[in-house]
Amino acid sequence: MTNAKGLKIDIMRSYLGRARGLGSANAGFHHWWVQRLTSLALIPLTLWFVFSLVHLTGAPYATVRAWAGSTVNATLLLALIAATFEHMHLGVQTVAEDYIHSDAVRLTLILAVKGASALLALAGAIAVLKLAIAG
Amino acid sequence: MRDIRNVQMVGRTSDGRLVQRPLSGHLSVYLDFDMIVSVGHRITGCAIAIGTIVLVWFLVATASGEAAYANVSWFLRTPVGYLALFGWTAALWYHFCVGIRHLIWDAGRMYDLPTVRRSRGVILGATVVLTLLTWLIALS
Repeated sequence: MTNAKGLKIDIMRSYLGRARGLGSANAGFHHWWVQRLTSLALIPLTLWFVFSLVHLTGAPYATVRAWAGSTVNATLLLALIAATFEHMHLGVQTVAEDYIHSDAVRLTLILAVKGASALLALAGAIAVLKLAIAG
Repeated sequence: MRDIRNVQMVGRTSDGRLVQRPLSGHLSVYLDFDMIVSVGHRITGCAIAIGTIVLVWFLVATASGEAAYANVSWFLRTPVGYLALFGWTAALWYHFCVGIRHLIWDAGRMYDLPTVRRSRGVILGATVVLTLLTWLIALS
């Protein structure tokens, strides 16, 4: 397709936008897709986790320890941790990008949440591995 | 103008003056129930994000030993702990139900307004039922 001046138009973007290199960085779809993938994974994992916790309410320490340390439960807990924190930092990023106008505040918050979610995920995973391996 | 992308947001008033068109201008015109359901998904998501700190505390304490476990166990049984757990349970089930509707929407289904209006009732009902069911089983 060509415009009135005979220039070829291959994408529906302004020439200024293209020249400045702004617009889609092509990372948006990946963000969207990972958010959906993790949410799909979290449906059964959440049901399993809440069901398990409900049945562990009031249980003695040894029972909770044995539950978290069993191979099947530890595997599912690790999956829950991975999916939860991946889903979490992507979600908080979306909210921050929509509502926080100040570049500095928004970037600081997004990076802090990403760092915190990575550290929380690591701490949770190490705790589960400790329970699963040390018994 | 803060950013080159704001060029797209320039509009002209009827007397020819250049103005920046408002973002989400509809917010100041109307606010309906479906918008509250939608923003509730974001609010509950952020609430659950804070709850994950306690989840990790619980896991780390369990791995650390009986004394650490007693601490987290004590906290969760204080009035504040119970209130937080109840709030997180409700937030989790709400986010769960709205999230499933989002996945259905992504598949291109249930996107017409009458269905959206019906589904919000299902979401609120399911949230109440799932929350009460969770606590009834936990406390029984």
